[in-house]
Amino acid sequence: MSAGQAALSASPALAPSPGFVEFNEVEKSYDGRTFAVTRMNLTVARGEFLTLLGPSGSGKTTTLNMLAGFERPTHGTITLEGQAVDRLPPYQRNIGMVFQNYALFPHMSVADNVGFPLSVRQMSKADIAARVGRALDMVRLKQFSDRRPTQLSGGQQQRVALARALVFEPRLVLMDEPLGALDKKLREHMQLEIKQIHTMLGVTIVYVTHDQSEALTMSDRVAVFNNGAIAQLGSPDDLYNTPQSSLVASFIGENNTLEGVVDRVSGQECRVRLNGGGEITALAIGVAQGSACHVAVRPERLSLSASANGGNSLPATVDGRIYLGDHLRLLARLANDQVLTVKVGPEATMANGETVTVSCAPNDCRAFPADAGTGGAIPKQGK
Amino acid sequence: MSALQPSDLDRPALARGRSAAADTDLKSVSAALRRAEFGDRLRSLALAAPLLVLLALSFGIPIVLLLSRAVYDPTIAEALPKTTAALADWNGQGQPGDAALAALAADLSDNQAKGTAYELAKSINARLPGARSQVLKTVRKLENAGGQPPLDIMKSVPFWTAPGTWPAIASGTHRLTSFYLLSALDLRWNADGGIERVPPEQAIFLQVFMRTFFVAAAVTLATLLLGFPLAYLISSVPKGLAAILIVAVLLPFWTSILVRTAAWTVLLQKFGLVNDLLLWLGVGSDRLDLMYSRMGLIIAMTHIQLPFTLLPIYSVMRTIQPSQMKAAYSLGARPFTAFRRVYLPQVFPGVMAGCLLTFILCLGYYITPALIGGASDQLISNFIANYVNVELNWEMAAALSFILLVFTLALFGIFARILGFDRLKLV
Repeated sequence: MSAGQAALSASPALAPSPGFVEFNEVEKSYDGRTFAVTRMNLTVARGEFLTLLGPSGSGKTTTLNMLAGFERPTHGTITLEGQAVDRLPPYQRNIGMVFQNYALFPHMSVADNVGFPLSVRQMSKADIAARVGRALDMVRLKQFSDRRPTQLSGGQQQRVALARALVFEPRLVLMDEPLGALDKKLREHMQLEIKQIHTMLGVTIVYVTHDQSEALTMSDRVAVFNNGAIAQLGSPDDLYNTPQSSLVASFIGENNTLEGVVDRVSGQECRVRLNGGGEITALAIGVAQGSACHVAVRPERLSLSASANGGNSLPATVDGRIYLGDHLRLLARLANDQVLTVKVGPEATMANGETVTVSCAPNDCRAFPADAGTGGAIPKQGK
Repeated sequence: MSALQPSDLDRPALARGRSAAADTDLKSVSAALRRAEFGDRLRSLALAAPLLVLLALSFGIPIVLLLSRAVYDPTIAEALPKTTAALADWNGQGQPGDAALAALAADLSDNQAKGTAYELAKSINARLPGARSQVLKTVRKLENAGGQPPLDIMKSVPFWTAPGTWPAIASGTHRLTSFYLLSALDLRWNADGGIERVPPEQAIFLQVFMRTFFVAAAVTLATLLLGFPLAYLISSVPKGLAAILIVAVLLPFWTSILVRTAAWTVLLQKFGLVNDLLLWLGVGSDRLDLMYSRMGLIIAMTHIQLPFTLLPIYSVMRTIQPSQMKAAYSLGARPFTAFRRVYLPQVFPGVMAGCLLTFILCLGYYITPALIGGASDQLISNFIANYVNVELNWEMAAALSFILLVFTLALFGIFARILGFDRLKLV
């Protein structure tokens, strides 16, 4: 037992709640030149549902594998409940894991699959049966306990994998794109089911996905990954409403991006001269006067009217209308031929070809530096 | 789907539940389905027909004809028609009487006249060791009789009144015989009509069968011990390297078995490379007799058989996803436990298939034991070849082949029973 852990158990009330899982300056390189993960600092709280979100190759799966113990960091330490786990093999970490391809053992029945982590812990047969029964009840698959995994549907197989990863009451559960192989409807259903189980058991979950809507639906917090580093870490509404980079703004939810040059910065706001004509006021997110920038604005924050009415307003013509039942999606073509998507109520009457004014509040426009580009890339550092 | 099953439609109880029109509809649908399927089956059968005919003509029929010689042997009955008739109602006890002796004398003279006396002597000799010279001696005496009655000449040769002679001839006059099959198992009929073991000095085949099975088992075990880790290595390295390793494994496989065996004779000689190396390494103080020894035979056969064991194992290992082992580790299984409970059960069908393939192929080895094995390392195939090519005793060859085939099929049956045919992954 480490000294830190001993101190913790001696005076739990005095200790400031440390991270349940902590990544401290963690780096991972496979070839010594490029880094899959760069200077990662990440803290996961007990009972939290944290999602690692990012495109493929952004380092989220490497991060998960280091936490699971399948890969060892080339630099830095990972602690779990205050204990450094870098040298601990995966089978001693007591971490449950759910894989994208389920990784169920095809030669065992459903009950034996779920009982596997218990039987390798030498539990008695009666205990195993009772716990397997409860775990299968939880995922509503009790009646399938004698079947082979291959006789189940994809959703059922993933529920078995879920039961197997939870049955031995691990201190942490990792999920590596567990719903990637399921169709949309089933995926949405499973998202809610996993979320319910999380709430019910209070278990800490670290979840990897490249699907931003999945991340928003399920997570307490989301870490957006890019090029081996965390671009932004925050709650779903933080990420949606106050993205800190153009990358996060475009990766989470839908966004219109307007390119321009910063005319002047005053306090939190800045005035942007758009390429191709027009000026708007936007929140300045790390932009400097005279630099190129990207202004991001959500479709539902734009409004259309017959004439200008304060705030930012740009003349446009309606170039298309898409009826989606609960709302209407209008395509507004600006003077510079750029097309903006505007989300309005289904009762809007604008017809194709009609001249309108697109307007929005300065607070809903966020100007990001353009040099970081759409990638918002954190450059990889060699040593 | 199930509503269209013909068996369902034929049941009146089900038909009564439906309207007459729907019933007629379904009947015509199922009839149309059967017509369509019949056409499909006919077409696929027609496509396979040339191969089936070729297999039947070149493989099936010759094997059946050859194997039937193990139990059907008309040579003696056809060469000795009069004796066969005379022995028809002999009870097998004591001596058959003068009539039979006279008939045999007449048959022997007939054979001498037709020039088939030597063949006959050989056929009788196959059943009655030492009979060849006696038959030929009698034939010569009959030819140079000089007026002496044939019956007297027969009686003057003690062989024809010795016990054991006539039961063997009588059994030879039956066209269907169990003699060769029993001989192949070192068994024979005794005078009382029971089956007994042949005397130890004549027993040979059981020992050869045991030796064949021992060598096959040793080679199978050796290829498994060498092939399993190699297959695991190939299945776990990146694709490019795996391709190179596979080629390295297959390279000897693409070389003629004769060339490989000849290469081993060079390597294994008393003054060959292997002995040179062992001496240089200081492993032994003396040169080993690897050539013409059981050890050398097993080494050479292991080399030849390695791909046969390895490839089925590799093909199964390749299908096991790395996440299987990762899952086992994350669930708390130590590497050995994960291997034993997750990996091994999944590769087991491949291991069984590879071992079965090698074991069965080893049972039929012929060139390698002939060239590398010593006199006491000849396997059953060498004996079969000897009976076919040298002794011209095809009946014995057929009997040995039959016994070997039965053993092999039984073994295959046991494997299939343990695993189920569908799980036996040969490719």
